Amino acid sequence: MSSPTDDRARLGLRESATFDRTAIAAIQRAAETGIYDIRGWGAKRALPHFDDLLFLGASMSRYPLEGYRERCGTDVVLGGRNAKHPLHLDIPVTIAGMSFGALSGPAKEALGRGASEAGTSTTTGDGGMTPEERGQSKHLVYQYLPSRYGMNPDDLRKADAIEVVLGQGAKPGGGGMLLGQKISERVAGMRTLPEGIDQRSACRHPDWTGPDDLTIKINELREITDWEKPIYVKVGATRTYYDVKLAVHAGADVVVVDGMQGGTAATQEVFIEHVGIPTLAAIPQAVQALQELGVHRAGASAATGKSNGVQLIVSGGIRNGADVAKALALGADAVAIGTAALIALGDNHPRHEDEYRKLGSAAGFYDDFQDGRDPAGISTQDPELSARFDPVEGGHRLANFLRVLTMEAQTIARACGKAHVTHLEPEDLVALTIEAAAMARVPLAGTNWIPGAGL
Amino acid sequence: MCGIVGLHLRTEELYPRLGELLAGMLGEMADRGADSAGIAVYGDPTWSPPGRGCVSVTDIAEAPDIGPDVAVVQVDSTYLLSADEPSEELLRRVRAGYPDALIAGFGADLAVLKGVGHPRDLSDAWGLAKAQGWQGVGHTRMATESAVTPSGCHPYTVGPQQCLVHNGSFSNHATIRRDLRRAGVSFDSANDTEVGARFVAQQLAAGRDVETALKELCATFDGFYTLLVSNRDSFAVVRDAIACKPAVIAETTDWVAMASEYRALAGLPGVESAKIWEPEPEVVYAWTR
Amino acid sequence: MDTLKRRTGAQRPRDVSVYDLRSTPLRDVNTALHQPDLEGEFAIDHPDGAHNVAVGVNAPVRVHVDGHVGYYAAGMNQQADIVIDGNAGTGVAENMMSGTVRVTGNASQSAGATAHGGLLVIEGDAAARCGISMKGVDIVVGGSIGHMSAFMAQAGRLVVRGDAGEALGDSIYEARIYVRGAVSSLGADCVKKDMRPEHHAELAELLSAAGYSDDTVEYTRYGSARNLYHFHVDNASSY
Repeated sequence: MSSPTDDRARLGLRESATFDRTAIAAIQRAAETGIYDIRGWGAKRALPHFDDLLFLGASMSRYPLEGYRERCGTDVVLGGRNAKHPLHLDIPVTIAGMSFGALSGPAKEALGRGASEAGTSTTTGDGGMTPEERGQSKHLVYQYLPSRYGMNPDDLRKADAIEVVLGQGAKPGGGGMLLGQKISERVAGMRTLPEGIDQRSACRHPDWTGPDDLTIKINELREITDWEKPIYVKVGATRTYYDVKLAVHAGADVVVVDGMQGGTAATQEVFIEHVGIPTLAAIPQAVQALQELGVHRAGASAATGKSNGVQLIVSGGIRNGADVAKALALGADAVAIGTAALIALGDNHPRHEDEYRKLGSAAGFYDDFQDGRDPAGISTQDPELSARFDPVEGGHRLANFLRVLTMEAQTIARACGKAHVTHLEPEDLVALTIEAAAMARVPLAGTNWIPGAGL
Repeated sequence: MCGIVGLHLRTEELYPRLGELLAGMLGEMADRGADSAGIAVYGDPTWSPPGRGCVSVTDIAEAPDIGPDVAVVQVDSTYLLSADEPSEELLRRVRAGYPDALIAGFGADLAVLKGVGHPRDLSDAWGLAKAQGWQGVGHTRMATESAVTPSGCHPYTVGPQQCLVHNGSFSNHATIRRDLRRAGVSFDSANDTEVGARFVAQQLAAGRDVETALKELCATFDGFYTLLVSNRDSFAVVRDAIACKPAVIAETTDWVAMASEYRALAGLPGVESAKIWEPEPEVVYAWTR
Repeated sequence: MDTLKRRTGAQRPRDVSVYDLRSTPLRDVNTALHQPDLEGEFAIDHPDGAHNVAVGVNAPVRVHVDGHVGYYAAGMNQQADIVIDGNAGTGVAENMMSGTVRVTGNASQSAGATAHGGLLVIEGDAAARCGISMKGVDIVVGGSIGHMSAFMAQAGRLVVRGDAGEALGDSIYEARIYVRGAVSSLGADCVKKDMRPEHHAELAELLSAAGYSDDTVEYTRYGSARNLYHFHVDNASSY
């Protein structure tokens, strides 16, 4: 039986790599509508990523640990530097910021349930804190964004940590985006916007610009909350080395770096695919910055018992326990998942295939989260659609996924002889491609070569 | 990012206190930048003996030996040279003898000190509190995209007796640097501020006044910035059109001062009755002795 | 812009708890102001441009700050009546929820930024971005305001007795602006609007609450044309 590819080959048909069918469709769409394409998720194109790295497991010189009895710890403490109450998480995987507005109330509830079951944190998003999420999340990180939608001191005091957001990987330099179809009465009320309009968002904070003024702002947040809570600073990956240094200078207790594969619910396609750098290229920059400042994995001070370190959370395309382990090996203290968490809840599940087709898409391809017509009921405000999503069942699914991520990371760590997943190190890794070797700063497999090292 | 301070004295009675007041202002701005700092002082008789050409040199292994007619005063890691000739001539000799040294500043009555370290420590090492003069400019630095080295410190000397300090960041300076290089300008660092300084220097060398030079800069550079440019007898302040970086100006009959934050001005004598305001975007404010 | 205006020679009542920032760390002062069930009157002396003075207060108390403050004074204020007898730096009363903040001098940038409620009175001038992202606060400015004021102003009322700088109300949502003096230019989607009886009444109430008795007939109202409420290619030049 011949395939369409065989048929085309026989006919001598050759697709242009430059003007391929995707490029053609994009140009024709622009010509028809006169407006840029808006979609969700992160960069879709193939990029050097964790799959290009491999672990060097046990051998004659390194001994593996047995499962179960021979411990491989997974806990992590975030924000011990200044806060009275750092976050003690059971696993090094957290749930990234995603707004109520972008997601439905039940979806936020499910994230809280699942994270709490697994002993980790969730993060609010660009729309404020919902009672559902605070009620369900054992550890809740409250985002402080340029828009300041819903920001208020009561919620600030209810939070377990505060995350000052400069940007995210999908759109470093862009503000939040939520279209009218998702600005329901409740969302509008929380954001102080008229119902049904297309939200315009600021891309810069209204009352500070630059790390010198961020220093003062971080102090303000500490003063308002009596120095109780860790302050995170989140950046989309661009000039990561400088950004991390400046974040630490400005007073961050934890730095969150989100690579270009990091998702969003809605922004311009060109922003997602063409601004920001791959997660793999960002991690070593961040780690180098922290090391040069003497705050990377810095232990507790004997005198005060307080940690001197600034922790690094990495996000942007974390999909499985191998990704988690590789991020930790490169120097992260924890990772955050966004897209993967939603997929665990049911996003892009094949059971919705018929509905995706009706929307002009297909399971595995759906990215129009801005439309609010998500058949999985997760990224919508439509009451009928969101009623399809069971937050209790969703919570269990997420907890399952988080446990698998953790166990997979432990499996790898044990195979490398580590008693704790954060004991993984860059020397446990090799790369399969020159680009990955250069970006991750680990040698090409079978060689000692790290391209660009020493430059 | 950074803190800027500038003090222009209008009454001779305060000249002996210039260093003390400037040190206080600089110390307050250490929170905005604790990596490194730099100052320019106009009129200290020890640092820049009156009637002589002066050159400030740093990043050099040992005291420069230019000739028996050149006096050398060492202040921490900077050497302040003076001679009975125009500053440009002395500068030429220094460059010829020590091509790799960093020229921190040059011009009659001007001493420029730059260093890596906490601004308060540097201030002490320089003995700033004892300096005298009629005008001083200072800068505390939190390095943004370039390294923490003496060459990365402000003030940048833009011409004889001229200095520039900057709070903020430019975003299209790489291209402007290339254009300036093609025009024969050389650079000491990868710092964005240096591009702004060399641009202004080029404008001034072409005969334009400070106000026009700064207006040209506003038209050419993208970014958020507050700039302070000083000359022997004047200083000028300008902010970009969007004006997100802070700037406060205070004025009395005895002095005019500028800083990134009011608290740097809080210790100045008579500040309780000073006129205090913020510069409007893209307006050049200038004071002349 | 005006020179500094300050109240001098005011007698301090006996029941006031006084803190001197020259000898007491700011952390101690803010801690005291955060005590549960707080009551009474407080005075903070010699702020000397300190940042974050009296932030996060959440009690029906009176606080008098005697001198100039730095950034974010009275930030996220709830319920308290706070007077800053001097100038205020960037972001005075930012994100205030309720209560009153009064600045007797001038305010720097982003005064009342993103505030949800309460009343902010600036007796002098306010600099750029006054009322940026305001979400329900009332702001009354005795003097003039700088450029980009009321940028993305979502809700609340801004009253300006003097002039307004460039790009007033750029991207404004539902906030209402009343200006007595000249407006250098209007921002995207911000237009002049008619003053109907309800607007005169609202303005009179705001002026009175701030301690002014101007004739509202001298004012012009500005607000959203609501043309940017839905993304449309024809508005491309506004984005």
